[in-house]
This record gives sequence, structure tokens and C-alpha cells, in this order.
Amino acid sequence: MSPSVAELLLQRLERTPTGPEGGLCSLEAAAALGLDHQTLVGAVKSLQALGEVIEAETRATTRWELSAEGEEVLRDGSPEVRLFCSVPSEGLPQSDAMKLPGAQVGFSKAMANKWLRLDKGAPGGPRIFRAVGAVQDAVQSSLRQVQEGNGDSLSERERTDLKRRKLLLEVTLKSYWIRKGSAFSTAVARQETDLTPEMIATGSWRKLPFKAYNFSALGLPPACGHLHPLLKVRSQLRQIFLEMGFTEMPTDNFVESSFWNFDALFQPQQHPARDQHDTFFLQDPAEAPELPAGYMARVKKVHSQGGYGSQGYKYEWKVEEARKNLLRTHTTSASARALYHLARQGKFTPVKYFSIDRVFRNESLDATHLAEFHQVEGVVADRGLTLGHLMGILHQFFTKLGISKLRFKPAYNPYTEPSMEIFSYHEGLKKWVEVGNSGVFRPELLLPMGLPESVSVIAWGLSLERPTMIKYGINNIRELVGHRVNLQMVYDNPLCRLDA
Amino acid sequence: SLLTLQSTSEKDIISKEKGEGKAAGASETVLYKIDVPANRYDLLCLEGLVRGLQVFKERINLPRYEKIIPAKGEGQKLIITEETVKIRPYAVAAVLRNITFTKERYDSFIDLQEKLHQNICRRRALVAIGTHDLDTISGPFTFTAKVPSEIKFKPLNQSQEYTASQIMDLYRTDSHLRHYLHLIENKPRYPVIFDSSGVVLSMPPIINGDHSKISLKTRNVFIECTGTDMTKAKIVLDIIVAMFSEYCEKQFTVEAVEVIYPNGKTHIYPELAYRKEKVKPELINKKLGISETPSSLAKLLTRMCLSSHITGNGNNIEIEIPPTRADVIHACDIVEDAAIAYGYNNIQMVIPKTYTIANQLPLNKLTELLRLDLAAAGFTEALTFALCSTEDIADKLGMDISATNAVHIANPKTAEFQVARTTLLPGLLKTIAANRKMPLPLKLFEISDVVVKDLTKDVGARNYRHLCAIYYNKSPGFEIIHGLLDRVMQLLEVPPNEENGYTIKATEGSAFFPGRCAEIFARGQSVGKLGVLHPDVITKFELTMPCSALEINIEPFV
Repeated sequence: MSPSVAELLLQRLERTPTGPEGGLCSLEAAAALGLDHQTLVGAVKSLQALGEVIEAETRATTRWELSAEGEEVLRDGSPEVRLFCSVPSEGLPQSDAMKLPGAQVGFSKAMANKWLRLDKGAPGGPRIFRAVGAVQDAVQSSLRQVQEGNGDSLSERERTDLKRRKLLLEVTLKSYWIRKGSAFSTAVARQETDLTPEMIATGSWRKLPFKAYNFSALGLPPACGHLHPLLKVRSQLRQIFLEMGFTEMPTDNFVESSFWNFDALFQPQQHPARDQHDTFFLQDPAEAPELPAGYMARVKKVHSQGGYGSQGYKYEWKVEEARKNLLRTHTTSASARALYHLARQGKFTPVKYFSIDRVFRNESLDATHLAEFHQVEGVVADRGLTLGHLMGILHQFFTKLGISKLRFKPAYNPYTEPSMEIFSYHEGLKKWVEVGNSGVFRPELLLPMGLPESVSVIAWGLSLERPTMIKYGINNIRELVGHRVNLQMVYDNPLCRLDA
Repeated sequence: SLLTLQSTSEKDIISKEKGEGKAAGASETVLYKIDVPANRYDLLCLEGLVRGLQVFKERINLPRYEKIIPAKGEGQKLIITEETVKIRPYAVAAVLRNITFTKERYDSFIDLQEKLHQNICRRRALVAIGTHDLDTISGPFTFTAKVPSEIKFKPLNQSQEYTASQIMDLYRTDSHLRHYLHLIENKPRYPVIFDSSGVVLSMPPIINGDHSKISLKTRNVFIECTGTDMTKAKIVLDIIVAMFSEYCEKQFTVEAVEVIYPNGKTHIYPELAYRKEKVKPELINKKLGISETPSSLAKLLTRMCLSSHITGNGNNIEIEIPPTRADVIHACDIVEDAAIAYGYNNIQMVIPKTYTIANQLPLNKLTELLRLDLAAAGFTEALTFALCSTEDIADKLGMDISATNAVHIANPKTAEFQVARTTLLPGLLKTIAANRKMPLPLKLFEISDVVVKDLTKDVGARNYRHLCAIYYNKSPGFEIIHGLLDRVMQLLEVPPNEENGYTIKATEGSAFFPGRCAEIFARGQSVGKLGVLHPDVITKFELTMPCSALEINIEPFV
């Protein structure tokens, strides 16, 4: 394989001294190598792309060249000399002289030089005669100097004169001054783009130059699937509950009876939450076919007449209301079922339960509220639990969520007493924001289930959406949940590290 | 719950809402934001709130509300007739004597009634309040129900008389009263209260008569509460008289009214009943995780308007529940008040010693594992709504709604909430439709619950955990969805064979292109379908590219 232009250039450059003085001109190199200048410039550019192999500095060179007419003068002499030589000693009629090529210019120049004389009154018409014996062709010799590369030695006046006569052209040439770079090597000329199995097998990679990578560009995104951000937070919350020893409650029934959703939780049948405006009731199946008879009788009594130390709500409790099916408005209905199941175990064993699942509200929708959302719920049932225990476990739980500054505010909830709203200090918003609700389940809820009087049940709940929106800075819930999700957001979503 | 988390000033509020400049000159007095819990009807008016705060700050003792029973034959009577039974059977009443209204007191009086109407009265459905200038009417009063055409009176602030039917028409467009019309509208008889000379006091729960309306000059107020919930009617009356008897000549006294029921029995109202409860100090300490002395606990409770003192040798606290604290129905309510007075944030936090081993639900555990591997297989997780329109699960998939076995919602506000989904497919197709600008191919999956009717369940319906995946591109990519099924089965350790593994068999499905649909059988049981979606389905979901999908029930694999 014959050496490439780049290789030839590098070889020439190698012979030049290193340092600011050393180097070569691209024009000269091209001339020396017998190459077109543009070809050499291409090689310079490819070598520049390699980094520090060469240094190339652009230069603009002005050069004088002969025009086509200038070439002609160089070859045949200037028109004034040619005309002078054509005039014999007896002279020449002007009309004949003017038929000679270039005679117009030659005549005026020769006349200006006073080389010729015009006799207008000669017989047979005007006639020209030599006025001097011999002439020097200064134009031709100036052009010869230019041709020989010594154009610079002409005076400014001479050049301007020749330019005006369109014999000389001024040409600006872009060229490079090439020096050795800090990583100069004659071996980098042909670069490999990447390692191949063949190079590894033959070991040729040891000697081969490799093209530099552009590390400032991004890589190719991996072809992968992505998990949904809200469900990533769900996974982390499950993990937190599991770390804390909480067992998952079954929540696999979106359809719930009013009995489990409200009555079992000591929520009176006239409570606003049971209004059509807030809850999705079902048309089909409109009623729950089966309610736990004995337990239901105890629930009825505690609502309508009281008992277990309670005055009750003193209203007419109707089974028809309890049978009404709905889409559960909270997962506390599942907690009620789990606690009822626990009470029927016979001997009481302490439990810690959790659930994270969908709940439904027939509410007006806005940027932060949808008709369905995920509720996170934690429940602890044990003997002798206090409000201090509830606050203690909430502190543990929220610390794992990355929220350690908590405050508690009294609240009202039909099924917990005491009830507490949980607030955390939001550093960004610079204020206390509500992060959840909590409380101690009322005895009117627990005792009809058959749990022992000494058992207290503490519980708390929060939505999954709210901490997720805060975590990922999402302002409109529709971008997070539901089909209007922004898939790019899902693709770009980082790991869910709640305590980070 | 007289507690507040944030205090601010008028100046702060104005600068936050309108910008710094506008706040210049506003008061810098610290403002406290007080949340009144929904069951504290005694804090709904300024009178009660101030009284509660004064008692809490120990500046005053809680006043004792007294019921004055007039001498025989001198008191007011309210007679309830049998006709009310079918529409609004209960009524209670009381009189505030020699009251002095000012503009502020009058406005507060009206405002309290409105708050009670919206709150405990459940938008007048359970209780409706009527207040009248007693000096313009003469008892005994009769609470009855009449056919609308027989009721005619001048409603409050109107200039002429209308019949009951005309009144209903009059208020049909009234932004406030139209919300109450439905409570009686379709009944044959409307409730009405007359005085002895036939003057209409009110047509509860819609409007009072103009004749007996109260003014700043009113000195004697007749208050009637009618309703469908006796307990709540009594509570509402107790609250109103307890709050505004403050302005009577004899402060905190109320004149009783005799109410005569259709069966001839009489009751004296208001009840203004005081109840005594005994709670052991150690119970309070034990429930809260504090260790206060009995006298300190008694003091905390007294400050919460629950007058308490120690009985016996300190092992009991006797608490008097005033008529204004109808929310206190159990010892736990007393415990809560002690906690509020003590301050929740002053209670020592303790980690419960409850020792338990955590367990996951097998179905959720499987779901979590599968999600990870589906994402690893290149599919992106979607999270779609469980509620949708009947069109989404039936018409758009070429099915009849009756064939879906779907659960139907009775009171959807929009078509988006007509049914619970029976398939995850519509949600994924809608997700693609909303993301058509994203580069192809789109590969999505969801593992979530669908709901169907099931009469063997106690509620008549049940959830199934489905896995759905979809491939959307310029070519249908059946082999990609098929490959995903193979991968899922590999993950579930179900081999591709007829006996104990899985197979797919050609079938037809309305959502699929003919000849491009297969049913999936695993261990002899049909678990779902896969195939290329029917062009009609693609079009109905506003999509333009071919699409293949897979949907299976994963419960058999738990």
C-alpha cells in the first residue's frame, strides 16, 4: 500500500526542527510533493482531528500571477515593442499598422514612450516612423520576474501599472503553517475506529492507532422498560412496612358493603361521607348478599343504643343502609375485616398490619384530586398501646420516608379517638404540611368485633400520590396517574430513594 | 380542639396573597388559625369559641345553662299532628326571653343556624331550624303536614303570599334554597307550623314566614327545630339556646316549651341535660402514655369545658358533660380532651414493643416480582384507572356490556366512572393514545386488578389480578407479544407443553383481528388471550398503527 498524503506530510514534518521556528508551509509542501494544495489541506484537517499530532496555523498569502494576456506578453513581448519592431525604417501607413494585433494598446504606449512618430501630412495618408533606434521590453522583463516568483521585487508603481493593464493578478491563498504537535508521531496516519475480534486474535491492536472517542456526547439509551414512579414509591413503602415487621392485609375487593366501609367503623348512617356526593354507590350489584349476622347485630346496637361504655349515636340504624354496595372510600374497611378476623381467632395475638391499595371518592376533580387514589394504611393491635406509642411508630415510619420533623394536631374522625393529623415541616414550602391522619380506634369499633377490652388499636393513613408528587415535583396528578401519563416522565424517572 | 399550628398576621396574609407592596399599613397583630373539628358544634359561633377559649385560659368558669319551666298554663306549647309522621316526624322548641340583639349578635345568630344546617343538620335533611319573633305570633303552635295547595303564606323577605307549590317554583332557581326543595318536593303533604290564629311560622325545611321574622328589635325568640333525627334535633336546639342565652336578661337561662306528640305524650324542651361520667386517672395516663396526677388531669379536663373533680380517695375523676358537648359519648372522648389540653406534642414518643414477623400477601409478592421482570423485558409500566365508561370495556372492544359481567356505578358524575374495568386493555390503549408523540415502538404493561360480579362473594363482586401487555408499532409484532408470554411463563416455571404446561390455541375474540387471536391455557385452565387487535378497536381508541396485546389472569400462578 502506498503511503497516504497524511503519512507523506508527517514524514516531511518529521525532518523539520521542533519548536516555534520549525515547520513547513502547506503550499510549499504541496509543491514539493507534487500534489494539489487542496489535497494536502484535506490531510492537514484529518490530522488535526486526531488531537495533538500536528499544529496547523492558518495563513493568508498574497501572490502575483500573470493573467492570460500577461502570459502572452511574456511569450511574445509587449504590444508596444511588437509594434515598434513592425515599423520598418521607411515607416508604415497608420491604417496598416492599426490592423496588427494589439496595435491599439501598442500604439498608445509606444507613442507615450516617444518610440514612434506620426506624420499626419505624409503622402498617401498618415504614416508612422521609428523615433528611436532600439527599445527595451521592460514590461516583458517585469512579467518574467513575476513568473519566476520575484514579483515582490517590482516596485509598487510597476505592479499597479501592470495590474491596470490586466497583465497581473493579485491572488490570496489560504495556506497552513504546519508544526509538530505535542503528540507528534508519523504512525497515526490511518486510524482504526474500533477494536475488532480480528485485531484481538492477531494482536494487531498493539501497533494500530485508534480514532479518539468524543466523550462529551451522550451514549445510546439502553433499550429497556421502565417502572411507573407511583408504583416505585409503593414498592418502597411496602419495603418500609416489611422492615418494620408489618404484615400485608388483603385488599382485593374494590367493591365493599356500606357495612364494612362505614357501619363497622362506627360511622353513623347519616354521616356526610355516606352521601351520594362523596361516595360511588353501586347499581349492580346494588346490595351485598351477605353480612356477618351476629356481629352486625352488635354493630346495630352500638350505633342505635350504645353499649360498651358508649352512649351510641341514638338513631334508627337500618340494615338496608348497611347492605348498600359501594366502591370502598378507604382501605380502613379492609383493616376492619382484618381486625374482625383477628378477633375471631380466639386467643388474641398482637399484630402489625399494613395495606396499600386503591380507594374511590365521588369528589370533584382538580390538579391534586382524582376519583381514585392509593391509600397507605398501618395498624397495630396490642395490649396497652398509648397515644405516645402511636406517635413513636409514626416517627419511625416517617423517618424512613425521609421525614423526621413531625408535629401532631387534634382532628375529628368518626372511628378514631384520640385522632391526630400528622404534619411535617416542608423545607421547600417553608411551612408545616399535612402528611397523614392517625388515631386510636374507638372501643365502639373494636368491642363489637369481640376484641378484648385491654387491646388498643392504633392506626394511620396517608395517600400514596401526595408524597410521590412532592418527591418527584409533579404538580398535576393527571401527569402521574391514569392514561394521560407523560411516558417520557416515566422513562426518565430516577430511582425511588425516599430517605435520600 | 383549640389548637393551632400556624400563627400569622394580617400583614403576612396580604403580602402572600397580593404582594408585599399592598400589605403596607395592614395590621401586624398575630393571627391564629383555628380549625374547628366537625363534631364541635359548640365552637361554630364566636360566642362559643370565645367562651371555650376563656374557659381554656381559666379566665372564666363554664356557665351553667338553666332551663326555666314556666308556671302551668303560661308556657308555650307545640302540638305535633299525625300527618308529620310520614315526612318529618320530630320537633323540639324553646324560647329565649328578653334577649338583646345588636347587629353583630344578630348576624352571628343567623350564621350559626346556617352552619348547623350545613353540618349536623345534613343540609336540613335531618334537622331544620326556624327562629321567630314570639311577640308577633300566639301559641299554642301546631306542627302538621298539609297538601301544598292548602298552604299559603308570605315567605321570608317576599312581598306577597304564595301557595306552597308556588313557593317551590319560586325557589327553583334560588342559589341557596333550591338545594333543599328535593327534601319534600315529591311528598303529598308538606310540613308546616301554624300559630293559634293560622299564621304560618315556617314550612320546614324550606322557608320561614315573613310575618314572624326576627329583627334587631326582637326581644323574645321562639325557636323550633323539626327533623327526621330526634337526637340531632335536640342537640341543635341545645346548642342554639346555650350559645345565645348569653344575651338574655337572665344570662344562660332558657324558657322551656311543651311539645305534645300525636300519641298525647308531652315532652319539655330544650333538654339541656348534664351527664356525669367517671373515669379512672390511670386509664387516661395509660391511654395517652403520660403520668399526670389525678388533680392535674381534672384540671386539664375542666379547661376543656368538661368540669371535673376527684372523687373517692383520688382513684376516680368525675366529669360533668355539659349539653354543649354532645360529641362526648364515651370515656375515649374524655381521654382525647385530656390529651388535647395536655398538648399532643408534649407526649413522649415511645416505640411499641409489639413483636411481629412481617408477611407479604402472596399475590402482591408475585406482582412485585413480575413487574420487575416485565420492565427488564423492555416493557414500560402504566398505571391506569380502575373506573371507566361502559363504552371503554364493551362497545370499543366490540362487545355487549351485558357480556362483561361488570360492576355498575349508580351515581357517576361523568361517563368516565360508569363501571369498574373488567379488562386492563382499554387503559393501556388510552395511555398509548395520549402518548402518540412518543417514538415507536411503544411497549406497555400493567399488573393490576379488574372487577367482576360474583355472587359467591359476600359483596357480590370480586377483583382479579390481571397482567396486560401491549405492543404498538408499524407492524403488529405478534411474535413480540407471543415472546413476552413465553418469557412470563418461563418466569412462572410453566413449560410450553400440553400436559402440565401452557399452550395457545386459535380462537376468536371481538377485540382481535380474525385469525390473529389465541386463547392461553395453563395447566389445563384458560387464563387469557393474546393476538393482534382488530382495526376497529384500534380506530375506536383513536390509534393508527397495528397493535398486538396479551392479557392474562395471574391468580392461578400464585
